[in-house]
Order: sequence, then C-alpha cells, then structure tokens
Amino acid sequence: MQPLTTEQVRALIAKGKLKDTLFQALGIIFLAIGVAVIVLLVGDMIIRGSERLTLDFFMNFASRRASQAGILSAWVGSLLVMLVTALAAVPLGVAAGLYLEEYAKRNWVTEIIEINITNLAAVPSIVYGLLSLGIFVYAFGFGQSILTAGLTLALLILPIVIVSTREAIRSIPAMIREGSMAVGATRWQTCRYHIIPYAMPGILTGVIIGLARAIGETAPIITIGALTFIAFLPPVPFTATGAEGATAGLFDWLMSPFTVMPIQIFNWTSRPDPAFEVNAAAAGFVLMVMVLSMNGLAIWLRYRLRKNIKW
Amino acid sequence: MFKTNKILSAFAVAGIALFGAQAAQAQVVKIDGSSTVYPITEAVAEEFQKAKKNAIKVTVGISGTGGGFKKFCRDETDLQNASRPITAKEMEDCKAAGVEYVEMPVAYDALTVVINPKNTFLKQATVEELKKMWEPAAQGKITKWNQVNPAWPDQPIKLFGAGADSGTFEYFTEAIVGKAKSSRGDYTASEDDNVLVQGVSRDVNGLGYFGYAYYAENMARLKGLPIVNPKTGKAVEPSGANVENGSYVPLSRPIFVYVKVKALQKPEVKEFVDFYMKNAEKLVREVKYVPLPKAAYEGNLKHVKDGKKGTVFGGKNEVGITIEELMKREAKM
Repeated sequence: MQPLTTEQVRALIAKGKLKDTLFQALGIIFLAIGVAVIVLLVGDMIIRGSERLTLDFFMNFASRRASQAGILSAWVGSLLVMLVTALAAVPLGVAAGLYLEEYAKRNWVTEIIEINITNLAAVPSIVYGLLSLGIFVYAFGFGQSILTAGLTLALLILPIVIVSTREAIRSIPAMIREGSMAVGATRWQTCRYHIIPYAMPGILTGVIIGLARAIGETAPIITIGALTFIAFLPPVPFTATGAEGATAGLFDWLMSPFTVMPIQIFNWTSRPDPAFEVNAAAAGFVLMVMVLSMNGLAIWLRYRLRKNIKW
Repeated sequence: MFKTNKILSAFAVAGIALFGAQAAQAQVVKIDGSSTVYPITEAVAEEFQKAKKNAIKVTVGISGTGGGFKKFCRDETDLQNASRPITAKEMEDCKAAGVEYVEMPVAYDALTVVINPKNTFLKQATVEELKKMWEPAAQGKITKWNQVNPAWPDQPIKLFGAGADSGTFEYFTEAIVGKAKSSRGDYTASEDDNVLVQGVSRDVNGLGYFGYAYYAENMARLKGLPIVNPKTGKAVEPSGANVENGSYVPLSRPIFVYVKVKALQKPEVKEFVDFYMKNAEKLVREVKYVPLPKAAYEGNLKHVKDGKKGTVFGGKNEVGITIEELMKREAKM
C-alpha cells in the first residue's frame, strides 16, 4: 500500500470537516425547530390571553361571563395540591431511594422492585386516578378532597423521585462512605451527615421535575372527582367557616373540595362561547409560568446547595 | 428524647385538628353530572351564591350524565345534571341505595344541524335525508351530496358529529336513524363541540350536529339547517322561538336536573332549588339555551312540594315529547 500524499490527507481532513459542519448545521436546524415551536406556543398564548391577564383574573372565581371569570380557586387549588404532593412524595421517595441504594441487599427481590419502579414511571396517569378513586376516595373515606388529589399525584411522581434520588446517591464517590465509616460512623450517621446532604441537589431536581409534571395532570384529578365550578376557597386555619360559630381547624383545608388549573383550562376550551378561549389562553400562560418558576427554583436551589459541598 | 416528644405531640394536635373539626362544615350544595346542563347550573350557582352572600356554598362538577348518576345513586351528590332521562339501570342503582329523587326539566336543548355558510344549494333537509347520510348502512357508500338527493351537486360530503359517549349522539341517532347509538362510523367525531364548530366552518362541504348553544355562539361562521317537521311538512329553522313553540321537531329535547328527596330536607338545598326554578327562565336564555314555559318551572316547584318522586320516562328515552305532556304524566320510581 502506497503512503498517502499530502493532497490525499488534506482531502480526507476536508471531508471530515465538511461532515462536521453539516452535522452542526443539522443540529442547529433541529434545535431551532424545537425552540420555534415553544416560542410560537407561548407567544400565541400571550397574544391571545394578554387582555385578560389582569389582577382581577387572579382574584375572581369562575363565572358564566368570560370577561368576569377568573382563576382564583384554580391556582389556589393547584398550589395546595402541590404542597400535599411534595409533603407526601419527598419523604417516601427519598427514604425508598436511600434504602435501595444504601441498605438493600443485592438479590432478585431488589432486582424485581427496581424494575417495577422504573416501569411505574411509565404507567398512564389515569391508572393512578382509578387506583386512588378506589383507595383514597372510598376505602379511606378522604372523599373528593385536596388530600386525595395530593396523595394521588404523590403516587404518580413517586417513581420519578425514587429514581432521581438513587441517581444522585450513586454519583457520590465511594470514598466518602468509606471515609465516614472508617472514623466509626454508623450507616445511618453516614447517610444523615454525608449521603443525604450531598445527594440533595439531585434529589431536589427530581422532585421539582416530578411536581412540574404533576401540576399539569388532568386525567387522574378528574377521575377522583375534582369540581369545575367552585366559587369558594378552602378554609384558612382558625378563621370562621360558614357554619355558625365554628372556626376551621388547622387541617380542614385538606378535606375541602377544589379545582385545579388544567381542569379550568379544559372547561374553558370546551364552552360554546368563543370568548372563553381567551381565558383559556391566559390561564394556560399562567400555568406555564408556574411550571417555569418551579424549574427556575430547582436550578437556583441546585446551584446554592452545590456551592456548599466541599469535598 | 425531647425532640421525639415534640414530634409526637405535633402529630397528636394534627390528628385532632384533622378529624375533630369535621362536624363544623359549612353548608354545601353538591351538584354533578352532564356537561350539557353545566352552563345553566353554573349560572344559577353563581347567582345563588351572590344572593346568599356566600353563606351557602355550591359546587358543580362535570362527570357526564352517566358518571354523575353513579355518584347521585351512591348518595354522594344532592343534585344531578342530566341531558337525558334516568335509565332503567340507574333507577335500579338508586333504588338499591335508597335514593329517591324528583325529576325536573329545566330547559330545551335543540340539536342543530349546521353547514358551512358558503354552502348555497342546501336550504333545508328532511329527517329521511339526514337518515340517509347518517345511518350505519351509509358507511363507505354515501360519500357525495347527490347520492342523498339527486338535486344536490356531485361533491363529497364531510360529516362531523358527536362522539359515541355523549348524550347528544344518543339523542341524534334515536331521533334521526330511529335507534339510539346506531350511526355510521366514518365521520369526524369529537366530544368537544368546538372541534366540530371549527371543522364545519372550514369546509364548504361540511355538515355536522351539536347542541344549539354552540350554534348560537358561532352564527357568524356557521349556517343552521332548517329541518322539515315530519308532521306539518314545513321546514323549520333552528331558533329559540321555534323550539319554544314546539315546531322544531324531532331534534329538540328537554334536559333535566334531578334532586334527591332526602337532600330537600336540608334548607340550603331547598332554597337552591327554589332559586333555580324562579330564575331559570332568565339565566337559561343568558347561556343561550331555550327556556321552558313558565308553567313548567312552577310545575317543578309544585312537584318538589308535593314530593312527586321518580321519573315520567320509565327508564327509556323518548323523541318528540312536549313539555306539557311531560309535566302531566305520572312519575314512577
């Protein structure tokens, strides 16, 4: 075989570079398509919904008149449901992930559990709704309440929390564990003072991605019986309720009927009066902002917590 | 040790607050059911809460007529919105749970057959012509206008209609084809009527059907097709007046609210029903449905007062029944 001449080598390099440029161009085009779609969607919602984005829109209840209808019960409902979801899913998910990573023996039982958790993440959300209808609404008697909705969505995002907890724990170098145990710490002390703090940024990211998914869910919430028209808010603890002389208990709001943003949007898009489409666009934009700010919070928290880790 | 105690006592307080305060709930009227009746009940609920200065709370869900009846017969709701009369199966469920109810027609819903405003040849249609288009035998065969009526052009028909789960589909097929739920399957079906509105408004050869309110709100981009009254032989336009005077047959139907007899003993439910019947005429018109004659609303209140329990339909849907006839009939559980 003859050695390559300089020209041949140059041609070969040029060919390689051309492919490189081509792929780069292709990448940019596809990225642009993705970004353009999002910009179009959000832009369309802002343009159509902007006239309705006033303070009144946030402070008014649903109404038959599009111009007076607001999202007060919907955004309050969404926030409270998310609170319950986070309070239920985070301890459960983190504990489960921690146990699977740090304590569980590697055998076929844990294998099966792991495979099932990954599979659960792909179960359609309506299945969780049906499950909760049977368990939380009827068997436990929680009714069509904020508590039921929060727990349902907690189940829905539990696999996401567990998987991200495990990923975060796995990324901690083994020497940290070994060092901790070498100075006599128990497994729990190692987890408490090292593993959990170091895994926190990753865990939080998982939690918030899960919550961002949960806030947009409609199907399971409708299945458990969320309402469409509800012109009052859950009771604020220790204030007077409508009933005579009674004040609301600290946790009464958990049992309150509710509605959430996606249901309100869905209801508005399916109404005869086209004026409601403007409301739907405005509410859709608010929901997007809610999701975006949750993601923003995740990024900020991750940054803050990473700064504190000094290995 | 100290820490554990604090946590335990916090849980105890939480437990007491959660379950101890259950008794002191505000007065709530619970309503669920059909999305067709929803706009009317929502309007009533809105006005009612305003009139009561929010002392009484009203919640309205949209589980659909069937889904709503399941809850109603399980004793979970006080009132039930229904776009069709209660079925024999649902009557049994209610009976098994000991739920008794009063049936109240609250408005007419006129199914409207709509075409594109640019369609110039179609001035009216008979039930037979519609049947030819929509019956199961038409599937794959009737694809052009001139196959239905030789006077119409040799153009393709584009059909839009309700999804198979809706009460609208059930009533339209019963009134036009003659058998409930019997329809051709090769048309654009959607549970969301706005999809059908857009479909017909964008296709010159489109023809679709849905509730009158969707036509009334979109008159600028749709044309309502006059339907020939089978008795008089005259074409009748879909309009509020024609529904009220009873000439728009067979596509107009009453829609209902059922109230539980036991719930009527609660003052807030009784007040709500009174308010509903007294303000229905105005509010029904406002949400673009067709109100019943005044006597019907008064009749409903009388039935509630006299405890006229049950349904006048005996578990079957009927086409072309007048409201007067309906009010006079004997109700059965």
